[in-house]
Amino acid sequence: MAVMTIAKAINEGLRAALGTHPRALLMGEDIGDLGGVYRVTEGLKAQFGPERVVDTPLAESGIIGTAIGLALRGYLPICEIQFDGFVFPGFNQITTQLAKMHARSDGLLSAPVVIRIPYGGGIGSVEHHSESPEALFAHTAGLRIITPSNPHDAYWMIQQAVTCADPVIVFEPKRRYWLKGEVDVSAVPTSPFQAEVLRVGTDATIVAYGPLVPVALAAANAAAEDGTSVEVIDLRSISPIDFDTVTDSVLKTGRLLVAHEAPTFGGIGGEIAARITERAFLSLEAPVTRVGGFHLPYPTARTEEHYLPDLDRILHSLDTVLAY
Amino acid sequence: MATSRLPAAEFDAEEQLDAQHLPEFPRDPSGMVQMLSPDGELNSSGFRGYVPAEDELAALYRDMYLIRRFDQEATALQRQGELALWVPMRGQEAAQIGSARAMQDQDYAFPTYREHGVAVSRGVAHADLLKLFRGVTNGGWNPKDSNFHLYTLVLAAQCLHAVGYAMGMQRDQLAEPSLPKAATVAYFGDGASSEGDVHEAMVFAASFNAPAIFFCQNNHWAISVPTEVQSRVPLAYRAHGYGFPGIRVDGNDVLAVQAVTRWALDRARNGGGPVLIEAFTYRMSAHTTADDPTKYRLAAEEEQWVARDPLTRVEHRLRATGTGEHFFQQLEEEAVELAGNLRAAVLSMSAPGLEHRFAATYAEAHPLIQEELKAWKDYEAGFDIEGGDR
Ligand SMILES: Cc1ncc(C[n+]2csc(CCOP(=O)(O)OP(=O)(O)O)c2C)c(N)n1
Repeated sequence: MAVMTIAKAINEGLRAALGTHPRALLMGEDIGDLGGVYRVTEGLKAQFGPERVVDTPLAESGIIGTAIGLALRGYLPICEIQFDGFVFPGFNQITTQLAKMHARSDGLLSAPVVIRIPYGGGIGSVEHHSESPEALFAHTAGLRIITPSNPHDAYWMIQQAVTCADPVIVFEPKRRYWLKGEVDVSAVPTSPFQAEVLRVGTDATIVAYGPLVPVALAAANAAAEDGTSVEVIDLRSISPIDFDTVTDSVLKTGRLLVAHEAPTFGGIGGEIAARITERAFLSLEAPVTRVGGFHLPYPTARTEEHYLPDLDRILHSLDTVLAY
Repeated sequence: MATSRLPAAEFDAEEQLDAQHLPEFPRDPSGMVQMLSPDGELNSSGFRGYVPAEDELAALYRDMYLIRRFDQEATALQRQGELALWVPMRGQEAAQIGSARAMQDQDYAFPTYREHGVAVSRGVAHADLLKLFRGVTNGGWNPKDSNFHLYTLVLAAQCLHAVGYAMGMQRDQLAEPSLPKAATVAYFGDGASSEGDVHEAMVFAASFNAPAIFFCQNNHWAISVPTEVQSRVPLAYRAHGYGFPGIRVDGNDVLAVQAVTRWALDRARNGGGPVLIEAFTYRMSAHTTADDPTKYRLAAEEEQWVARDPLTRVEHRLRATGTGEHFFQQLEEEAVELAGNLRAAVLSMSAPGLEHRFAATYAEAHPLIQEELKAWKDYEAGFDIEGGDR
């Protein structure tokens, strides 16, 4: 098994996808010779040529909109949006066109476009470079949204996104791009739309995804030292959400905490809280709790540490949940 | 410190700007390609190799005549409450029939929502065009059967799809040179030309030399807002800023529209890249059946355009060159039959159940959809068991 970073794992996943699917192509800003601002597409242009790894004009709506046209023609475009905060010029194409092509055509057309978006904070950047807009997309039917938290998933999820018949947005946790881990390139990957229980526990469940998964694991480890047994679930898929796995866990632990970087208001955590309350109300020992960002524009680099859910905030919320 | 200075003495900003004098906004159709005058006179043109033969004129007239009748019938159906909305196209028959007849089977059109003439020319059944407006689907036809994409209600979005699709055609052609050479046509309005997507589409088309034709029907009004609010220059001029030709054509002259579009498509198919065609035309009726044009435009303007009716001039020409009354009578009978059939088809249209929406939203199975479908079905089933009314 190879050890690599998440960035490298996506790079290898893209290389495998381009190699397997002659009609797949990458599109985005600065993805060619530069290899993307995070170097995720490094070396791919040299290997596959400028026709397969296309440096586009600087236009997000243009990237998504032309990708839709290419997909209608039978191509498999994989778009890179340079940063989370810059997806909005393409929001219209994603939500009103891409998401609805299959439904509007009564299933006659599909647009299996993949959109990669580096997202989330913790890298000390300037504004519009640290946001978590996943809920804005999850609210739109017709899209699928996944987010890897480790290199193995990153390697496989990008390839699974390419073969999915629906449009898929892959939110890549940019502050974890350099996180290293083992990648089993000969594994049979699990469905990207399935959550994974990373740590078994009995007293409470923490659900996290993307950048917060390592934090959730660290919290569970810390809680274990105090004698509390915490189950940790990596959600992996934000749309659809694997409520079955979460429900099974809560039926067992009776307590649920959801952690994400995005603002809690109107977010994925609220959706999980509501569904789990419906599904496991009689098993819940405490209200479902959310730990996330505040209802603020993402703060400046020098204040983001107070905004981002960290180990202490998760442990504090865990205490609250356990106190019932 | 070394200083380098611009030759300021020779540079006068105002003078420079004056030299680039912007043309006046032409309210009149001067400077556009025209082949058949409003009186039915044939003019010479620079697109001679692309002008349809004189004996094709009757067929073009027939297409325009029938689509006008179709449009009237759809308007009537809306008035009678059979359609939720109708988007009339009266006045734009030449722009649509002319451009559509210039296309070949392998070409692909991406319409907005008023391109009924193009749709029918591409082979979409009249009744299918009404399904969206009847409210039984958001589509209505299989775009792959006719190479005519679904209507797009978000203005300008389809221009990018047209360019992406054209980029795909370009790639297919490279990989398989024996494929018939093909191009796309993106239809949009003068109002939509202000949307960012048109700009991005033109940038992409130019950068990748995509075989995409931008066909702007400047019908002078974006609901109640005149073209002048969208652009200070004739829309065709904009193409030069992107680096490809822009041509203004008399959009009420079916011969000129067909010739110019055939030229542009031919050029694009052969690797010449995009062209912007501005068809200078007029929306003779309301924007939609929900619109009241008397609130924003003068009857005098409308009358002025009656004199430029795209059908009348062809009729003049046909009569002047010996087409007999029999042809016109037969056409009217055909139109009456078309209207009758259409009415029957619309009245028999019904919407598929909500299950259909659950089934069509995703291509692959989706647990949330399945869960919600089941919940909804259980709820509905409750009424059956009780046997009560709702
Ligand atoms: C993005 C967007 N904004 C607003 C509208 C509402 N709208 C529908 S038609 C229209 C005017 C369009 O004018 P134009 O592009 O000239 O086309 P025409 O209807 O005259 O053919 C407007 C504003 C819309 N459909 N899409």
